[in-house]
Amino acid sequence: MMRFGVIRFHGSNCDRDCYHVVDRVLQQPVYWIEQNQKDLAGVDVVLIPGGFSYGDYLRAGAIAARTPVMDAVREFAERGGLVLGICNGFQILCEAGLLPGALMVNASLRFACHFAHVRVEAVDTPFTWALSPGAVLRIPIAHHQGNFQPDVTPFQGRVLFRYCDAEGHIVPAANPNGSWEAVAGIANGRGNVVGMMPHPERCSEAVLGATDGVGIFRSLLCWWEEVGGYDV
Amino acid sequence: MRVNVYIRLKGGVLDPEGETIKNSLQGLHFSEVQSVRAGKVFQLELSEEDPARARQRSEEMCRQLLANPVIEDYQIEIMEPPS
Repeated sequence: MMRFGVIRFHGSNCDRDCYHVVDRVLQQPVYWIEQNQKDLAGVDVVLIPGGFSYGDYLRAGAIAARTPVMDAVREFAERGGLVLGICNGFQILCEAGLLPGALMVNASLRFACHFAHVRVEAVDTPFTWALSPGAVLRIPIAHHQGNFQPDVTPFQGRVLFRYCDAEGHIVPAANPNGSWEAVAGIANGRGNVVGMMPHPERCSEAVLGATDGVGIFRSLLCWWEEVGGYDV
Repeated sequence: MRVNVYIRLKGGVLDPEGETIKNSLQGLHFSEVQSVRAGKVFQLELSEEDPARARQRSEEMCRQLLANPVIEDYQIEIMEPPS
């Protein structure tokens, strides 16, 4: 049994989708975490959902990154706790300094809302544990600021997912936002904090027409069972 | 005291918004426009009379919130208090 927490900020709008996947698809315990909460005791993994927290004012994720709950997330991550930020959650983690880099406006200046293919680049993290190296996942994206740029070179984080074509080739036409190295998702060096622009919670059930996202959530459960957790 | 804070993308960072504005200006026959960089301005009213202190506090605000140091630079302009 793995206990999940889903953070809700003013303006989050994928929070219920995340909660639903954990509750109904993974059938694991799941709790709401509020933006002013200062304690994450009792959860093993924190999900930071997509949306437009605080209206995306100033910069996407900038205000949410400076709320009390993010101090708690920072401590949780330092102790080895698992954190997954999806879309706006990825932007928040970068703004909070928990992931290296920044998400800029898409190079096209357009909101990108369609299915994208991503290639799995590393399987030695809890979030990709049950996936195959080089596997191609079809996951929807919906963002205006997903153009990832690293803070320094060489890049200090780890690349987990890259935009590719249906065959897994990294080609410019498959990069929807101009991201450096076609990055769709990254981890910190330690591998316990992950951010990704694609929305796995939107494609985790057959009734939704796509199920490639569930492998990321199931990876967490497999890792939890095989490795036996971490010292929090 | 009033403080103007200007936020700009760093030199090497691509600015698709500025690029689009440049193209639009050129489309309006402002052919002399070589480049455009977009940015933001914040006008702050501080309950602080000392310019040096106002600058120091404003810089702290830029570091903590107003600018993202990965991609943005900031410039602070202290406006003289009205005499």
